[in-house]
Amino acid sequence: MLRRLIKPISPNARREERIFYLFILPWLIGLVVFNAGPILGILGLSFTDWRISFEGLSFVGLENYRTLFADETFWISVGNTLYITVGRVVLGTIFALFLAILLNQKVPGIPFFRAVYYLPSVTAGVAVALVWIWIFNPQVGILNHTLRLIGIKGPTWIHSTLWVKPSLIIMSIFTVGPNMIILLAGLQGIPKELYEAAEIDGAGTWDKFTNVTLPMLSPVLFFVIIISVAASFQNFTEIRVMTQGGPGESSNVLVWYLWENAFVYFQMGVASAVAWIIFLLLMALTGIQFRLGRRWVFYEV
Amino acid sequence: MTRQAAATRAAHKAKGDTAWYRSIKGRRALGILLTFALLIPLGILFVVPFFVMLSTALKTKPQIFQFPPSLIPDPIVWENFPEGWRGYDFIDFTGCTWNSVKITVNNIIGNLVSCTLAAYAFARLKARGKNIFFGILLATMLLPNEAVLIPQYVLFRILGWNDTHLPLMVPPWFGWPFFIFLLRQFFLTIPEELVDAAKIDGAGHARILMQIFIPLSKPALATLAIFAFVGNWNNFFGPLLYLRTPEIQTLPVCLVQYQGAYGNTDWNLMMAVATITVIPVLLIFIFGQRYFVEGIATSGVKR
Repeated sequence: MLRRLIKPISPNARREERIFYLFILPWLIGLVVFNAGPILGILGLSFTDWRISFEGLSFVGLENYRTLFADETFWISVGNTLYITVGRVVLGTIFALFLAILLNQKVPGIPFFRAVYYLPSVTAGVAVALVWIWIFNPQVGILNHTLRLIGIKGPTWIHSTLWVKPSLIIMSIFTVGPNMIILLAGLQGIPKELYEAAEIDGAGTWDKFTNVTLPMLSPVLFFVIIISVAASFQNFTEIRVMTQGGPGESSNVLVWYLWENAFVYFQMGVASAVAWIIFLLLMALTGIQFRLGRRWVFYEV
Repeated sequence: MTRQAAATRAAHKAKGDTAWYRSIKGRRALGILLTFALLIPLGILFVVPFFVMLSTALKTKPQIFQFPPSLIPDPIVWENFPEGWRGYDFIDFTGCTWNSVKITVNNIIGNLVSCTLAAYAFARLKARGKNIFFGILLATMLLPNEAVLIPQYVLFRILGWNDTHLPLMVPPWFGWPFFIFLLRQFFLTIPEELVDAAKIDGAGHARILMQIFIPLSKPALATLAIFAFVGNWNNFFGPLLYLRTPEIQTLPVCLVQYQGAYGNTDWNLMMAVATITVIPVLLIFIFGQRYFVEGIATSGVKR
């Protein structure tokens, strides 16, 4: 490899190489200054008793990690994060696929529906999180009102330790827009001949779905799932605006736990350790998915 | 054969056979009907949050807490909009809006410039080490933002940038992995022949980028601009982390200050302001929709 790197190349190629590095330079600087640097810096800080100022900083070894692993709230937040992630990714992906299939039908008015389904995804933010507090209101919220009309007494949603996580998952289903569009493009990329061949073999709608659509779509599905897992680790806005980790600790996710430690308790050393755990956990999950992916993702040869 | 089929059909007609759904035309009609039976209710469901926002924004205070809840406000209180916007003395929505606009516009331009350069390099230039850097780019796409924000906070504090707009406005000039990836995917679809022809004409990479790639990549660039707009306009964590002084606050942070101000939230006024903050996003989405969908679609398909 080294020999290949130092192999002499033509002046033209060298010029192109210089332009390559010139063009990626802004990103490279950003990578070092805003990502890699801080990440390594924080690894160091996670072994210190750093609070707010750097003065009197001392090395405490693995103390912060020991504190974390002994803290019950930490484990609750790991559990909550995984609960919400699994719920969001599984339901979100199935729903996105369902919508994509629906939008792939040849009926008039599809661009209109596509826009309507995408809309909640662009307006996600503080404003919409506030609306959802209102929708989930146990007494005068539209959700429980609708349930009452069909004779169901709804739960107290985000005010219930049992229902707060399902509430957040339900809400996230409204923001599957990007995944829906990526899956729709994937569906449109499947060659028609495959379906025709399946029909000649006498395949029904369900057979075509499981034997043609799913395998052909699997690389796109895989991409969508990886991105969704990473995205659901980052839902801070909803937690901050809607639940503040509560009631109790029932919606305390890792990002919220990190925020509280850093900017409420000013336990920066501990917060740095949490940041690293989030980072490693996500890497591990992605690694596992690539492992599993080898079994179910079908790449054309 | 055909005559026979026609004869059968005629016979069916004569017998008054009404099994229209067995014919190809009938089955298709049934399919369309079924599709709409799903499309329309789902469409209504997706509009519910907006409907709740708008209807709450137009209600009187007693009507909000009325039981059972009413869907249509009566009377319709348009004054909630100016009154909500005036807010309390410690929230200045007009000032917050200008801060949001300034940051958002700067960040869109910064992202477009830095990401276009990097995407062109990854899509079209040959260099040793390119694959390694592309691998790093993909890995950083998965990096949780919030995990990096804490160390970044330290960095900006050391630089003395705390409580200024700089921590929000400088990083976008240094690229965003997801955008670079998305643009690269689009750049890969531009035919090689166009580039070769330009090279024969003596064009350098800067000219090829400016005169071929950028004009041909409008859908992707529009997508990127919309993503950047939405992301920055809705950004909540960053301003919450870096900004202290009320005068430099952005819109989302101003909006949550409505929550529990003086111990009780004026939901109708808050929803009125929330509606106003969502309008720019809606407009941009509606006008950019066509490009937007095309632009995202490319990122998922080819890899």
